[in-house]
Amino acid sequence: MAIATAPTAPVGKLARTWETAPGLYGVLATVDHKTIGKRYIVTALVFFLAGGIEAAFMRTQLIHSNVHLLDAEEYNQIFTMHGVTMLFLFASPILSGFSNYLWPLMIGARDMAFPRVNALSYWTFLLSGVFIYTSFLIGQAPDGGWFAYVPMTGRTYSPGLNIDFYALGLIFITISTTVGAVNFVVTFFRMRAPGMSLNRVPIIMWGTLSASVAIIFALPALSAACVMLYFDRRFGMHFFDAAEGGHPLLWQHLFWMFGHPWVYIIVLPAIGLASDMIPTFSRRPLAGYTFVALSTVTTAILGFGVWVHHMFATGLPMLATTFFSAASMMIAIPSGVSIFAWIATIWHGRPVFRTPFLFLIGFIVLFVIGGVSGVMTAAVPFDWQLTDNYFVVAHLHYVLIGINVFPVFAALYYWLPKMTGRMLSERYGRWVFWLMFIGANLAFFPMHISGMLGMPRRIYTYQAGLGWDTVNLITSIGAYVFALGVLLFLVDFFRSLSVGPEAGDNPWDAPTLEWSVSSPPPPYNFAVIPTVRSRHPLWEGRLDEEYHTLIGSGPVLDRGRETFGTSALDSDPFEILQMPEDSLWPLILAAMMTVTFYGLLFGVWWLAILGLVLVILSLAGWCWPKLVREDEMDLLPEEG
Amino acid sequence: MAMTSGSPAIFGTAGPAAHQIAVLGWVLTIISLAVLLVVSLILLVALFRQRAARAEQPESVVIRPNGSIRLIVWGGIVVPAIILICALLFTLFVQSAVATPPATPVATIRIVGHRWWWQVIYTAQSPDQQVVTANEIHVPVGQPVRLELVSADVVHSFWVPKLAGKTDVIPGQQNTMWMQADKPGIYWGECAEYCGLQHTHMDLLVVAQSPADFRHWLDQQRQPPPPPTDPVTATGERVFTRQACAACHTVGGTPAMGTIGPDLTHIASRRTIAAGTLPNTPGNLAGWIANAQGIKPGNDMPTMSLPPGDLQALVAWLETLQ
Repeated sequence: MAIATAPTAPVGKLARTWETAPGLYGVLATVDHKTIGKRYIVTALVFFLAGGIEAAFMRTQLIHSNVHLLDAEEYNQIFTMHGVTMLFLFASPILSGFSNYLWPLMIGARDMAFPRVNALSYWTFLLSGVFIYTSFLIGQAPDGGWFAYVPMTGRTYSPGLNIDFYALGLIFITISTTVGAVNFVVTFFRMRAPGMSLNRVPIIMWGTLSASVAIIFALPALSAACVMLYFDRRFGMHFFDAAEGGHPLLWQHLFWMFGHPWVYIIVLPAIGLASDMIPTFSRRPLAGYTFVALSTVTTAILGFGVWVHHMFATGLPMLATTFFSAASMMIAIPSGVSIFAWIATIWHGRPVFRTPFLFLIGFIVLFVIGGVSGVMTAAVPFDWQLTDNYFVVAHLHYVLIGINVFPVFAALYYWLPKMTGRMLSERYGRWVFWLMFIGANLAFFPMHISGMLGMPRRIYTYQAGLGWDTVNLITSIGAYVFALGVLLFLVDFFRSLSVGPEAGDNPWDAPTLEWSVSSPPPPYNFAVIPTVRSRHPLWEGRLDEEYHTLIGSGPVLDRGRETFGTSALDSDPFEILQMPEDSLWPLILAAMMTVTFYGLLFGVWWLAILGLVLVILSLAGWCWPKLVREDEMDLLPEEG
Repeated sequence: MAMTSGSPAIFGTAGPAAHQIAVLGWVLTIISLAVLLVVSLILLVALFRQRAARAEQPESVVIRPNGSIRLIVWGGIVVPAIILICALLFTLFVQSAVATPPATPVATIRIVGHRWWWQVIYTAQSPDQQVVTANEIHVPVGQPVRLELVSADVVHSFWVPKLAGKTDVIPGQQNTMWMQADKPGIYWGECAEYCGLQHTHMDLLVVAQSPADFRHWLDQQRQPPPPPTDPVTATGERVFTRQACAACHTVGGTPAMGTIGPDLTHIASRRTIAAGTLPNTPGNLAGWIANAQGIKPGNDMPTMSLPPGDLQALVAWLETLQ
């Protein structure tokens, strides 16, 4: 293979090759992982705000006994949508956004393995979110809680469309998540730059890989459960109907077989983000890289063996519950390993207190609180007291805010400058951090106590005299403070776009490859494909590494949209991949799926079948072989 | 206005099951707070130790120090594993201790979860000895009772925080648990599993009384209520049995045999109406009959539009059902 090498890299040609077409076509057809990543992040943040508004309604309703801002049905819809939104439309997609944006830049590639599948993953995420939210337009949002226990959610007790939106919406989202996961797995094992062997990838890659593999195994349980629920509701089947030989616990098992791995799916990539940021602000490489990578993978695997701890009160045999109790406690060990790896990194490092680092410190503290309260609920008899009361609400919010939202906000402050080219403000950032950190603790720590005072979750009001007023008042104030922090972040973000200082290539003096390119990066990411020699390519000189990563010299790959395919373990290049051009098919396919799902929702069968036929036709159109013009023949990879 | 004094706190225990769990709870809480404190302290030291010395070097200097692995192995693996194994063993010990009651249960009470109220059945060999009531469970102090939990519709969860942990109430299966109160009193209970629109208003009371009082109460509940003695209450009974009330409710000794709503044979002896939603006063009872859908929207009780005289007579009669 004749490969041009820099410094003669033809950046103009590369830019023309990789640029998204201008105009509407480019907006709809782009497959650029950076654009898709940013869209994921923005869309997920919009849903985060929607979920936050729902939370504000709930906290206002519960600020005192006997407040009736919302009626029972409105409250039930809003708490259900808060959970569905935060878990499915924010927590997971925002991490997909970061991974999509960062992975190719971190591993020295020019795109994800399947750029069009990537676009499909985004469009289905967006449209499934819109699908679920249209339920508000007809006043029939899902109202069964985010785990929608049958038979309450069956047709007998929930005759409206509420739960149909839920069941079909979740099936729709699983399509997005699954194709995204497949893309990450293949990218991880095929697209890393030459020399980036498995032990040199950033931890976020381990996090998202573990989460993606877990997605591939966990989501079928959810899809199956939702299909059964839809069939029970729409066609009068009896999967969950005890009177006809079905069983309500079938739903609970299937749901939690998905549900508990899902918790790790939405925290492991965030843990990875944190593991990659902490070293930058400790001015040293991560302590115990192998420990952290292994504990990430271990957690994802063990995460499949703990689902019954959501069902300790269902009357299962004692032997079964004790097994899951033990597993649920032991899963704390890999988390302990990661926490002490970060602490050791800071201990022997030289901490620099910038805004992202503040969020990361907050993350460690909240992680510990969410972790120990998780061990408390893993103890079966104590869980009989704690489950389904506000203690569990406190616990799950410490986990999700601590291990998802805080690393995400650290990552926003850290990587937005790479995406926009502008720094956010340190002054605002400190305010945002303290408002969010104090707000979160003020909101969620007292919830442990309201739970211990006997307050069950999911009640839309409560009587006076039960001793719940004060703790709920504090919680509501905390929620408002937290919201203020989020709003201030938005102000800071929009301000930074116009008045933020220029970021430059590497504003944090960070060690990884994404900081070797301009901010924002060019369409082709790397003018020449780097050859990697360590875990911290930009620090090698200062760490006296023997071998140095080649950045700015090496293979150019400019005959079309080219990038390397490399071997799974050592990342030896063995082929030059021709990456696809922009395409409208992902959007068309996602739109046709939407038609199908609305047909199924309303029971308009001709529409559902039409949608399905159009889905098949779109797939055919997508896969239709493209005729190659003669003058393009030489762009094809050579045989052999 | 709660019917009990103070919170139904899980640490304010009044029975052996809740008590043993509370001991476990305290141990786990203290361990958790200690872990939080120690880890936070280590983190603080890590952040601020040798601050001046570390600040001397410019930020551009990066270092590769040694000695981190020992901290990870001890702090992240060895110490947590020891703590967790001890916590697990103690948990198993408590779990097996609370699995069985301290003595043979003196009564078996069948509890049927309905959207959104609790049917309470004191089972007996012969049907005429059986007692059916709602949303209020009487138990003898110092003696365990056995609870059989079944659901008439959706999944509920039976929870009296001061007496025992919760047990789910699931259609298609019968779960059992035991419960014992060691002090006389009235204990707040609730549905803990979200069960739909009025999950919020699915409370109950456990009334613990001396064994003698309990047996007296049980005997009283077995008797049909006295027949009406004056024209007003007689009118009230007629309104009840001729209007829609009788289609859903049972009152012993009358033709009213409905089974959709709570048994009202001794409604006047109960402390609340509508599953803990309101204290059982004549005014609330009248308000409930006239506007059940306004007070607890979506429940099965229709709003009854009765002439004022009939409503007064009906309430007067219901008040005699001691």
